[in-house]
Amino acid sequence: MRRARIAYGGAIHEAVEWGGQLKLDDGRIVEEHEVIWLTPIEPRTVFALGLNYADHAAELAFSAPSEPLVFLKSPNTFVGHHAYTRRPEDVTYMHYECELAVIIGETARNVKKADAYNYIKGYSVANDYAIRDYLENYYRPNLRVKNRDTGTPFGPWIVDAADVADPMKLKLTTHVNDKLVQEGTTADMIFDIPTLISYLSSFMTLSENDVILTGTPKGSVDTAVGDVVVTEIEGIGRLVNTIIGDELFTNR
Amino acid sequence: MKCVKSKIKVLGSQVLSSVDVNPVTNTVTLLEDEVSLDDLQIDNPITGTVFGTLLNYKGELESLGDAVYDQPYGSPPIAPVLYIKPANTYNRYGGSIPMPEGLTKLTIGAALGLVIGKQAIAVDEKNALTYVAGYTIVNDTSVPHDSVYRPAVQHRARDGFCSIGPWIINRHEVQNPDDLTIRVFINEKLQQENSTSNLIRPIARLLADVTEFMTLSPGDVLLVGVPENAPLAQIGDKIRIEIEGIGSLENFVVDGKETKWRDLL
Repeated sequence: MRRARIAYGGAIHEAVEWGGQLKLDDGRIVEEHEVIWLTPIEPRTVFALGLNYADHAAELAFSAPSEPLVFLKSPNTFVGHHAYTRRPEDVTYMHYECELAVIIGETARNVKKADAYNYIKGYSVANDYAIRDYLENYYRPNLRVKNRDTGTPFGPWIVDAADVADPMKLKLTTHVNDKLVQEGTTADMIFDIPTLISYLSSFMTLSENDVILTGTPKGSVDTAVGDVVVTEIEGIGRLVNTIIGDELFTNR
Repeated sequence: MKCVKSKIKVLGSQVLSSVDVNPVTNTVTLLEDEVSLDDLQIDNPITGTVFGTLLNYKGELESLGDAVYDQPYGSPPIAPVLYIKPANTYNRYGGSIPMPEGLTKLTIGAALGLVIGKQAIAVDEKNALTYVAGYTIVNDTSVPHDSVYRPAVQHRARDGFCSIGPWIINRHEVQNPDDLTIRVFINEKLQQENSTSNLIRPIARLLADVTEFMTLSPGDVLLVGVPENAPLAQIGDKIRIEIEGIGSLENFVVDGKETKWRDLL
């Protein structure tokens, strides 16, 4: 099943995909364009992986890491499907990153790789934007690059783990204004999903609604105000986002 | 010192309670009595996300010396150096800090925590302090590590590595948060002393620079920094972080194998 959190008629609802429409928790069936899409869950701790695809690491002139490069993200940065992401006026290189999001469902400590899939509730899509102009070499990647308000679209929905036969064999694509700009497969992850769950749970406790953003393949291209950026993962979802400019934020 | 207004969270309660406290004796005034924190079960008073700041004490940045011009850093920091303490690290007054297996020492980062009171988006330095509900004490524990380039998340994200409390002192009770003495005692012996007067970015400036790109929400906590020469602690140590006008936060370092209480949370 594909489950979303949406706002409709002045209230927040759980909804499920219903043959191209959405069925709300109160039984109403509505069109997708009639709702405001929220993030499919309210994320607790969010981990993101740097350089977890060998081709992307090479693109950024890094050798592949020997230990997962993990950083954290906080609630301010997440927006749902069909949301707007702000591009500051002064930047020259802001790029999307299509990533498979793994949503934890059970308390996890010292999980063995062989058991790791039992701790997953479901999967979604994230677009982990980065603004490379702001990159500094202290506690990299710094929050100004990777944790900005509106900087991480997440959704449209969570697909139940049971409905995904092999999450390590999914095609990822990004289209900007309908042009294909990024293409890859989750099969190319350096550290696969069981390894990441085993690694993280070896030194900290994971809980329900913790999320792991598993990294992005190569294909990072600058985006412009007005661009429509669609990050899509086969069998998981198609996440649409639009880049907007600074001038709309009048209190600055 | 007179009693001051604060907010405190009783263990098991969902809400913060307004109480008068004495930051010098570290006691709570209940009716006419001064009640010791050791006789109360209190939780950490935090409801949001905890953000840490590094290299914001002059001495801490100076201790890097010319290394800031060398690789991997390349240049001194421009924007605030920030990190996130995830929810599994949250701990409380009196709580045990588990020593991870295979380690013998932990770094104790003593920080003043700004508890946010209203949605802070691109705030102006001039009125930044009005977004602060109050102040608390944070023991930002970490596994000792030297590099600040790309440290592994496991250094700061271990269970129990962020004790917060004992309370939130209302903003109006603190005349100048940019001039507070911070002391760390291990087993009652003074191990570190510094002052928020040594911050590179004073509090209002820090809030302005952080909220320029990242909204801080009510209940979030922003640590103003950890002073240089952070003391180390080992199993059995009692740690007390004292901040002038705010109070004292006490914790114990225990063997990680013995912290079964965490399994209930």
